[in-house]
Amino acid sequence: MKDVLLVKDLYVGYGDQEVIRGISLRITEGERVVIMGPSGSGKSTLLKSIVRLVEPWKGEVYINGVNVLSDEVDIRKIRQMVGFVFQSYNLFPHMTVLRNVMLPLEVVKGLPKDEALKKAIGVLRLVGMEEYKDRYPLQLSGGQQQRVAIARALVMDPILLLLDEPTSALDPELREEVLDVLRNIAGRGISMLIVTHELDFAEDVADRIVFMDNGFVIEEGPPQELLYKPKIDRTRRFLRTIARRLYAVNRYR
Amino acid sequence: MVRDKLGKVLIMNRDPLFFIINLIPYLAEGLLVTLQVSVLSFCFGLGLAALLTLMRVFGSAPLRWISRTYVEAFRGTPTLVQLLLIYFGLPSVGVKFDPLTAAIIALSLNSAAYQAEILRSAIKAIPETQYLSAESLGMSTFQIYRHVILPQALRTAIPALVNEIVTLVKESSLASVIGVVELTRRGEYMVAYTFRALEVYIAVALVYLVVCLAMSQLSKVIEAKFRIPGYERGRI
Repeated sequence: MKDVLLVKDLYVGYGDQEVIRGISLRITEGERVVIMGPSGSGKSTLLKSIVRLVEPWKGEVYINGVNVLSDEVDIRKIRQMVGFVFQSYNLFPHMTVLRNVMLPLEVVKGLPKDEALKKAIGVLRLVGMEEYKDRYPLQLSGGQQQRVAIARALVMDPILLLLDEPTSALDPELREEVLDVLRNIAGRGISMLIVTHELDFAEDVADRIVFMDNGFVIEEGPPQELLYKPKIDRTRRFLRTIARRLYAVNRYR
Repeated sequence: MVRDKLGKVLIMNRDPLFFIINLIPYLAEGLLVTLQVSVLSFCFGLGLAALLTLMRVFGSAPLRWISRTYVEAFRGTPTLVQLLLIYFGLPSVGVKFDPLTAAIIALSLNSAAYQAEILRSAIKAIPETQYLSAESLGMSTFQIYRHVILPQALRTAIPALVNEIVTLVKESSLASVIGVVELTRRGEYMVAYTFRALEVYIAVALVYLVVCLAMSQLSKVIEAKFRIPGYERGRI
């Protein structure tokens, strides 16, 4: 299988604060990997550093075989191939839903308007937001905004989708509508790297779960192993905390 | 000239209201000069402010320093002193302007400093996440500013920019000091001619007030037109 993403011995930090301390990660074509771990463990930083929204200190990152950290690479070309969905949606508030989704096609890819429109409508339909195309982001619920953000990332036909806690800012009911959209997308065979604490969703969607703490990968494995029989105590404790919130604490006893 | 327009009847009439009302058409001609000075100064100031902001946001360290120093220099000295310096000071180094030009230059340079700060703070008010999400789509810095940052920042800047032009309408009265016959100067002429300072300056003040109120109303219309739907606090 071809590697869509290959991360080798990556170190990332802010100022003199080291956040990622030597992480390696591999995602093959069509593979879906979920990252879990407590706050401050470096999950978001890892995602951002893959497309250099945060500049890594050292290590190697390859996307589709291209060395992302080399000086010759045009990082904008890389970012066009990788969709990014943020925890806080980050839509552009001064544009309609449709304009939000068309913008990268017209401005970045230079598609003609009618072609961009057709494509944008298509992805909006996919996330169930077509009827809201003329609304503005601040007129929508969080879940609807996140679905538009997912459409905006998808419209560029990415080979890899990075999702940074896409449901953490939402209340439980809105979470489900977003998770349903993501399940649907996962079924289409796109490679995904998802930071999430949704246990059921991870179990349904992930080929592999990576557990991070304090800038390291502590444990990784298929969901059946990592979620049901975690080998490391730190993983077990963390999962128990999430599960306690879900009143399913007995599963990890 | 004044005599022709107002005539003895007006001068002799002791009713202050009648006097003020009949004064206004004469003052209105001065208002045209006032508007010319303030609107031109605002536009030139905005152009220079855009350049200063560009230097501040994208420039190398020396350009940023120049931009910052410019702003500090013009904010930190009185407008009147700047005006006097340009009109009376520069001729001694061979640079001479007529009063109207000197007034427009002084107010443009002065307003540019304030407008540059307005633009800078409006850009700074756009959250980091907007840049991040635009970058994540593969947009270039130019595209990010053109499509994401500036359209939002300029909306934020509208009330402050309208405030700036209102300020300029009032500050343009300083031009009377170097002999520009604008609204205030016309008032002074009338005082000299009629010795009725109270009524004349009340009339002058009223004209300024009407113009500034009209501009605030215009601001509300512009703000409403560009308000981002769903952003309810934008109605304040």
